[in-house]
Amino acid sequence: MTSEPFGDLIDRCRAAEEDLVRRWRADVAASLRGRISEIELDKELREILDAVLSSMSAADGADTRSSAYGEVRALLVDLSRGRALQGFSPRETAISVFALKKAVRESVGVGPEFTAFSDVIDELGLFTFETYTKAREEVISNQAEQLLELATPVVKLWQGVVALPLVGTLDSARAQVVMEKLLQTLVDTGSEYAIIDITGVPAVDTQVAQHLLKTIVAARLMGAECIISGIRPQIAQTIVALGIEFGDIATKATLADALLLALGRIGVDVTAEMSKRGL
Amino acid sequence: MERLPILKIGQMLLVSIQVDLRDDMVVALQEDLADRIVETGARGVVIDITALDIVDSFTGRMLATMAALSRVLDADTVVVGMRPAVAITLVELGLSLDGIKTALDVERGMRLLSLAGGSAR
Amino acid sequence: MTVQELPIAGDADVVRVRQAVRAAAVDAKLSLVDQTKLVTAASELARNTLTYGGGGGAVVEQVQNGLRKGVRAVFRDKGPGIADVAQALTDGFTSGSGMGLGLGGARRLVDEFAIETAPGDGTTVTVVKWAR
Ligand SMILES: Nc1ncnc2c1ncn2[C@@H]1O[C@H](COP(=O)(O)OP(=O)(O)OP(=O)(O)O)[C@@H](O)[C@H]1O
Ligand SMILES: [Mg+2]
Repeated sequence: MTSEPFGDLIDRCRAAEEDLVRRWRADVAASLRGRISEIELDKELREILDAVLSSMSAADGADTRSSAYGEVRALLVDLSRGRALQGFSPRETAISVFALKKAVRESVGVGPEFTAFSDVIDELGLFTFETYTKAREEVISNQAEQLLELATPVVKLWQGVVALPLVGTLDSARAQVVMEKLLQTLVDTGSEYAIIDITGVPAVDTQVAQHLLKTIVAARLMGAECIISGIRPQIAQTIVALGIEFGDIATKATLADALLLALGRIGVDVTAEMSKRGL
Repeated sequence: MERLPILKIGQMLLVSIQVDLRDDMVVALQEDLADRIVETGARGVVIDITALDIVDSFTGRMLATMAALSRVLDADTVVVGMRPAVAITLVELGLSLDGIKTALDVERGMRLLSLAGGSAR
Repeated sequence: MTVQELPIAGDADVVRVRQAVRAAAVDAKLSLVDQTKLVTAASELARNTLTYGGGGGAVVEQVQNGLRKGVRAVFRDKGPGIADVAQALTDGFTSGSGMGLGLGGARRLVDEFAIETAPGDGTTVTVVKWAR
């Protein structure tokens, strides 16, 4: 049943499972200071322990990157992701794994095969640490993306006309998020005209210009027209120098000019509307 | 084979695609549409793809063919309701469906057709 | 998420491949636009398998790279193969009645794209799209 490197350690751990889990849980709970319920923690740790022991008996060594340890790794990915999302520190997270060593030492005792076991736990602890870091990065980049969406409001200027005033540097990732949002707003508000105002954009590169162009074509496929306003001289030069065909895309100097163009196409009598508003 | 229904509304035909499109259904639609235009003397065709979650090169080509076909039969075609994700994907695929009229929804599509029908032609 | 093997022998199979890819993409939490791109690429490749490969099969599965999830779809046929892959990938090239956008377009729509083919030896196209 048990394989060589771990001797009968696995069987002894299984026999002492209750005591082992109790000690391990107590240590982990202390480090997490009650921010995860005991019941939840108990379930999580039992699953991990079971997977660690099964992997060790299936594996012929302590190489935790081998497929025998696949299930443990998957559980640890879940654990580190969960902890990262809940805002636990890397130390608090990794301790959940490392504390198993102490629990085994106290509950089962140290034999010659403890070294191999200890190696496994060290590797798994480091793996947890690593995935925690990646998960954390992911959390942060998600937050950045959400901020980005917040920072680019699509505003409704008139029944049937929305505007996207862009401010700041446009990189490719931001351009994509923004453009998707613009297209969705066209559907949500039933608008046939979108004004993309780039007065506040200092420069564009090829990729961003391409995104802009693709968005305009996509909007047409959906049945809407885009008007670009506020193209600065430098950007105009970039566009021409890059040989990007803006073709029959409407461009206007200012947002106001673009709005007038859109209103004219919709058939709004601007003078009448203005006098109605006492302007 | 299941055929896509073509409804007659006034002077117009409406094809509202509500199922996962199989290639043979698209081919059949193309034939049926030509027949129906001649039969009804319709002046406009609205193809509603609001429910379609993808348009690939085959479906895209068929939309273009149907538009060209109806033009020959003196009817105008407008494709309505393309979803943003579908439009973004089509552009990336390399299909801009030049020359096809589009509108946000069926109502606007019909309005576009009646405007076009009443003017120059 | 399990590995799904689907036959591609008729138009209805192309629809089923699209549905399987969609389900896997939703499961891997791809954004709506990325789902749409992947399903569209799959539709192109499944149709090529049917039209030019004389039928074959698709394997759809979820893949993981660290914390990143994605979907891999493999399209395999035992048809005539492609003699000139570069030419086949060129937009506008078709040996049939298409627009020649399928292969090149599919490549643009995914993150990873590979073709294994030889004249007389069938064609295997593998694509992967990762959740952002
Ligand atoms: N599985 C395949 N087996 C053999 N040849 C293939 C296969 N897939 C593609 N080809 C070849 O590559 C060419 C280009 O394929 P691609 O999908 O880009 O265009 P298409 O299918 O001809 O047209 P479209 O996809 O735009 O309708 C095909 O015309 C065909 O000659
Ligand atoms: Mg093709």
